[in-house]
Amino acid sequence: MGDLRKFAVAVVVASALLVAACGGRQEQSGESGGGTQLIRVDGSSTVFPITEAVAEEFQKKHTNVRVTVGISGTGGGFQKFCRGETDVSDASRPIKPVEVEACRKQGIEFIEIPVAYDGLVVVVNPKNNWVDHLTVAELKKMWAPEAQGKVTRWNQIRTSWPNRELHLFGAGVDSGTYDYFTEAIVGKEGASRGDFTSSEDDNVLVQGVSGDELALGFFGIAYYEQNRSRLKAVPIDDGKEANGKAPVAPSVEAVKNGTYQPLSRPLFIYVSKPAADRTHVRHFVDFYLTDGAALVDEVGYVSLGDEGYRLARDHFAGRVTGTVFAQGGSQVGITIEQLLARERK
Amino acid sequence: MRRWEFLIERTLFACALISVFTTAGIIAVLLFESFEFFRVAPLGEFLFGTEWTPLFADAHFGVLPLVAGTLLVSAIAMAVALPMGLLSAIYLSEYASPWVRRLLKPVLEVLAGVPTVVYGYFALLFVTPLIQAAVPSLSGFNALSPGIVMGIMIVPLVSSLTEDAMRSVPNGLREASFALGATRMQTSLTVVVPAAFSGVTAAFILAISRAVGETMIVAIAAGQQPRLTLDPRVPIETMTAYIVQVSLGDTPAGTIEYRTIFAVGMLLFLGTFGLNMVSTWLRNRYREVYA
Repeated sequence: MGDLRKFAVAVVVASALLVAACGGRQEQSGESGGGTQLIRVDGSSTVFPITEAVAEEFQKKHTNVRVTVGISGTGGGFQKFCRGETDVSDASRPIKPVEVEACRKQGIEFIEIPVAYDGLVVVVNPKNNWVDHLTVAELKKMWAPEAQGKVTRWNQIRTSWPNRELHLFGAGVDSGTYDYFTEAIVGKEGASRGDFTSSEDDNVLVQGVSGDELALGFFGIAYYEQNRSRLKAVPIDDGKEANGKAPVAPSVEAVKNGTYQPLSRPLFIYVSKPAADRTHVRHFVDFYLTDGAALVDEVGYVSLGDEGYRLARDHFAGRVTGTVFAQGGSQVGITIEQLLARERK
Repeated sequence: MRRWEFLIERTLFACALISVFTTAGIIAVLLFESFEFFRVAPLGEFLFGTEWTPLFADAHFGVLPLVAGTLLVSAIAMAVALPMGLLSAIYLSEYASPWVRRLLKPVLEVLAGVPTVVYGYFALLFVTPLIQAAVPSLSGFNALSPGIVMGIMIVPLVSSLTEDAMRSVPNGLREASFALGATRMQTSLTVVVPAAFSGVTAAFILAISRAVGETMIVAIAAGQQPRLTLDPRVPIETMTAYIVQVSLGDTPAGTIEYRTIFAVGMLLFLGTFGLNMVSTWLRNRYREVYA
């Protein structure tokens, strides 16, 4: 009997793990009954604060609609989106060709809608008194795949910095922020060292950097704005004179006027065409592109301006499917003006 | 009437079978997926490699950093749970008057009923800042604070199993010890604990097994950075936390990334299973039998 009990304990431990392992995979399916309409959103944790704020306001006006917003990361979100498990996908980079292909196989057409601009903020702990700015080359030295296990101390980045351990925190590989950051800094999407604390949840990264004097991390500007007192933003120098000689500190202004490069980028929502034909989803997206503009500023991102949202509404009303980013994936250095020019075509 | 009895017996038997089949199913899945994993990643690299980056472009499959993280946190947890558990068991079994025991035991067991996610945030948001006041070099994510909190969580398990073992030691032994002039402490440490040795050891090993398999606390408070270190101040990642991390994203089934969690799960299963076997063996081997 005793043996059996010990065995049972082992089984419980193992099965608990398996349940944890499988839990992430189970989806609620379809519409819920009782007259309540469900809109399922998942994807980027960078876009999450906007969608969450919009969903909250929207549900106040439409009490019979429930909007669920998940944070699986941009890549994770697209996987669910292209399986038809979600109606709207938050994305912090344009959809990739492989993802377009996956959607096409399932017969899911999508409407691409830019909703805001973000500046990726590189942050350190407030107690860090040695970092005044970073160049793109220095960031690359920290994050490149070759750095793994080798670049582990601050003085390896700049010799005047202390000989202390460097603790890196960054977006996980399912995240569009990870894709964009590696493209912009390392020069190749998806290429980075693997020995850093990675999470798809930006709150984990905020927690990590704010509690660790030796930390350096990066995430969307909204998470910095909400945690200003616990973090210190690092000005970035891209070495290009066109964007001003000096290092540029991340700010709404610098993102808006295009000088905060190469870490400024557009944020998107993707709406599946079948879902867009449902009345409450249409109302939700219209609401996103009208009343949502104010919320974009409120949560800390940069809004696209009246013309940007008008173009987006036109696209949505005309059900313009597909992506304007033919090469797909992260595109570095696109300003708001250039984005709007593409959308006007 | 007999027919009814027969039905009941069969139903109970079926219930028992379900758990056996579940176990068999779990082992089969673990074996199958691990086998697929090892067709890509060599067993030697898995067991002895020092870099664990299976999700990245430059993939390495050395599980040692995860094992080191798990052992480090478990060791800290044991450093808290074993002495505290043993001492509270000695108190409850040898010192406490019956009404104090009636009061304390349920209170202690409440600790075991707290959901582990609560312990996780307790470690992250309360214990870590508290220790940081004393040790400024402690990172926000570290092995120390979840280790301590996990230890506190395991105390009831250790104390209740140990106390059961100590209370089953016949009173004659205690009385003989007192008659020879031993104090209560001498009696507890030199007579009762050795007499209950097999039960106490079994409790300790079960506690280790619990610590190795604990998931939520480390996933929340220890960080997500596989790192081969025994420094308790820096972020690490345990085997269980890695499985959680991969499961939270959306790794497609059938990829090598997906199979890593089964390989790690298999190793974890073998570890806890082995510990439980040792616990059972010890208890039978060193049992003192009092007629």
